[in-house]
Amino acid sequence: MQAKTVERTLIAIGVAFIALMLILPLVTILVYALRQGWEPFMDAITNDYAIKALNLTLLATAITLIVNTGFGLFAAWTITKFRFRGKQVLTTLIDIPFSISPIIAGLVFIMVFGRIGWAYPFLDAWDIKIVFAVPGIVLATIFVTFPFVSRELIPLMQAQGNEEEEAAALMGARWFHIFRKVTFPHIKWGLMYGVILCTARALGEFGAVSVVSGHLRGKTNTLPLHVEILFNEFRLTAAFSVASILVIIAIVILILRNIVEYKLKQEES
Amino acid sequence: MYVELKNLNKRFGNFQASDNVGFGIEKGKLIGLLGPSGSGKTTILRLIAGLETPDSGDIFIDGQRVNDLPAAQRGIGFVFQNYALFRYMTVFDNIAFGLTVQKKDKAFIQNRVSELIRLIGLEGLEKRRPHQLSGGQKQRVAFARALAPNPHLLLLDEPFAAIDAKVRKELRTWLRETINKVGITSIFVTHDQEEAVEVADEIVITNKGRVEQIGIPVDIYRNPQTPFAAGFIGESITLSGYGDLHGFEAVSGFDRAVLRPEFVRVTKPQKEIYPHASQRGVIDEIFFRGSTLELRVNLAGQRLTAYQPLDGDAFAVGEEVSVLIYRLYLCNERDVLKVENRSIQGETAFFI
Amino acid sequence: MSAFATLTLPKPWRRKNSVIPGFGLSMGVTLTLLSLIVLIPLASVLLILKNYSLADFWRVITDSQTVATYRVSFTCALIATTVNVVFGVLLAWILTRYRFPGRRIMDGLIELPFALPTAVAGIALTTLYGTHGWIGSLFDKIDIKISYTQIGITLAMIFIGIPFVVRSIQPVLEKLDGQYEEAAAMLGASRIRIFCRIIFPEILPATLAGFGLAFARSIGEYGSVVFIAGNIPYQTQITPLIIMLKLENFDYLAATSIALVMIVFAFVVLFGINILQAKVLRIAGGAT
Repeated sequence: MQAKTVERTLIAIGVAFIALMLILPLVTILVYALRQGWEPFMDAITNDYAIKALNLTLLATAITLIVNTGFGLFAAWTITKFRFRGKQVLTTLIDIPFSISPIIAGLVFIMVFGRIGWAYPFLDAWDIKIVFAVPGIVLATIFVTFPFVSRELIPLMQAQGNEEEEAAALMGARWFHIFRKVTFPHIKWGLMYGVILCTARALGEFGAVSVVSGHLRGKTNTLPLHVEILFNEFRLTAAFSVASILVIIAIVILILRNIVEYKLKQEES
Repeated sequence: MYVELKNLNKRFGNFQASDNVGFGIEKGKLIGLLGPSGSGKTTILRLIAGLETPDSGDIFIDGQRVNDLPAAQRGIGFVFQNYALFRYMTVFDNIAFGLTVQKKDKAFIQNRVSELIRLIGLEGLEKRRPHQLSGGQKQRVAFARALAPNPHLLLLDEPFAAIDAKVRKELRTWLRETINKVGITSIFVTHDQEEAVEVADEIVITNKGRVEQIGIPVDIYRNPQTPFAAGFIGESITLSGYGDLHGFEAVSGFDRAVLRPEFVRVTKPQKEIYPHASQRGVIDEIFFRGSTLELRVNLAGQRLTAYQPLDGDAFAVGEEVSVLIYRLYLCNERDVLKVENRSIQGETAFFI
Repeated sequence: MSAFATLTLPKPWRRKNSVIPGFGLSMGVTLTLLSLIVLIPLASVLLILKNYSLADFWRVITDSQTVATYRVSFTCALIATTVNVVFGVLLAWILTRYRFPGRRIMDGLIELPFALPTAVAGIALTTLYGTHGWIGSLFDKIDIKISYTQIGITLAMIFIGIPFVVRSIQPVLEKLDGQYEEAAAMLGASRIRIFCRIIFPEILPATLAGFGLAFARSIGEYGSVVFIAGNIPYQTQITPLIIMLKLENFDYLAATSIALVMIVFAFVVLFGINILQAKVLRIAGGAT
């Protein structure tokens, strides 16, 4: 066979796979969303419950981003800048949520804060609700995306080495000064990248949130859960209309991700 | 002694990086820490700087014990092997960093940095980023950055390792002159003996975490005190059957000898001057080494290396020659004994 | 060989630095958050199980309907991940070695399953492959159902797993410069031979890593699979779904027990893949 023929065949197979597996589902969503015209689509996405679900999703994502970015920075600093016993264990522990089913991520919080959880008597006494309430949703989202930022930062900071930080510290620079002036410029795109991945996952998290939410419409329903309810009620147009908002966000995230990745590669070379 | 190390020990896991290290350095001297890689020379430098903490032992700088003093307060300038220039700052900001940290006022910083940029001869490049500089220029900026806060002691980790051969020579001379001009006590680490000999006032030879010898370059070259120092300095070979060589006899307790090419003289048999001291050998190979010829001579089964000036007699491979050996360093596990060829003792004045 | 040796030689004295500030605080924050968010909640699962006997635990995790879910999850994940390895290698190959219009867009699209909320993917796949969907209706004509069968589950798992495999292999192929292939071609090796003997061994460790990640994700995946699975006991019930059902019935013993089985299984998979990878790397290291 000619090299060109091989090349064309392989490309054709690859393109067909992508079209069938990735593009077609995407098109399905948009077509089903608009198949009854503009008005039902607008109705579905401006529905009161949809707006409330969107707000809750954005709130949970925002808190998750703050916690996980902070954690990622501290964890990456600890792991890359110092030598200590048990570093490997710590790295593995941080990655746990990555290898665990989202259902289990939700389940563990039921086992802590739910009716049978050890923290329940205390919560009950003070009338605090965590599971089947907003805090539970936020916690489950944080759990699922916990390692996203640190996973991006650790290899990056390891590759940079510590000499610049040492040089700065030798001249008496303080922690924050070193971080801001020396470390941060190196990692800003990597950090951005981790934040974007974390955002994508947090916005769309379904399994873990589904376990802890209790599905109270207008109260503990996130956007993906709202899609599920609509779909299960056979309100397909509404389900796909709301889903298409998430699709648009996903596409924006993909584009951002590619820009940041491009910047990251530029930085490396 | 301006800097004094006493019984320093440092272990990394199973690796003994510093094994009872102790030596002293006078004020104003330029010291070279010389040893093969993994010999613990960089660890010594990092211990002095405070980048590492010794497991035991004391470090004194200017009479003060600095073990518990944070690195930043030891008054030390450190030049990293790969310079560790701040890649996101300009040349000016790099040099100014230490002064900014000390919150010096703007005018002072401006003056001091300009002065240093003049010193390193990089006027006009203040606005450049490190990646826009050549290796030699980066080295100079790293040097200036370390000097900016006016340290009392300058430490340089393999200062020339990352620079290509041609610029390296030039930079060595420059560094030596500049350090003399500034008058700062300095210690640098190198694995290149030529570099150490050329730049340092005094050399500290390290091996396997221990200090083997300390002294001025000529003295270390002439009188190595440990087998390692004898073998490490110069391009030497080790012979086991040295007792068979003419002019030498086996000394009990010394099982081998270190021979340097410059102590071997090869001549045509008819030009032989000291028949008793010489013996016959055969040329095995000849290599052109740029400024000299390197000869491999087979001497009754032992292979020696010798140098021949380009203007000397021409030899051919397979030719029989007269070989005269001036000096050997006899070694055992611990000691070194310098022996001259007994048949010509007193007759030759050998400067080294 | 010598270059390899210097690369792997430990240089502990390069890393330690007592001068960089912030160890106490950053370690403190890291451990506190890690404990609060991950470790303590996870440990609570064991706390719950403490109230039950080992016999109960065993009975629950070997219940026939539950065992059926393991089988469904495991086989579907295995098939899906195998398919993903084949297409993952192919996609990584054409994305790194060929230049064609739309390549950059295709490269970006690979990440879609990461970015798209799993529930959205789930309803899209279910509809697309349902009997009235564009593709489902085609297969319906030849009497093959996809949605609400194991084929559907496998498809959803392929969707969710593909980026893991491609993104593991791609960087290795990018670094593997053409010189090896050129050298082999100069020696007269055929294209298939070059791929099998030169390229495949190089990407094998990364492929294994991708396999492990995609497999673990497929087993644990809920959102994109649950819609298309259809929840028919013994046939299309996956393990995460049965945990969900037990929870909804307040059967905490069963839910936590099965969850524990899944956690252990996930660790075994990752651990096994790590060992395999180390073996492959050792062979590669010894051969150079």
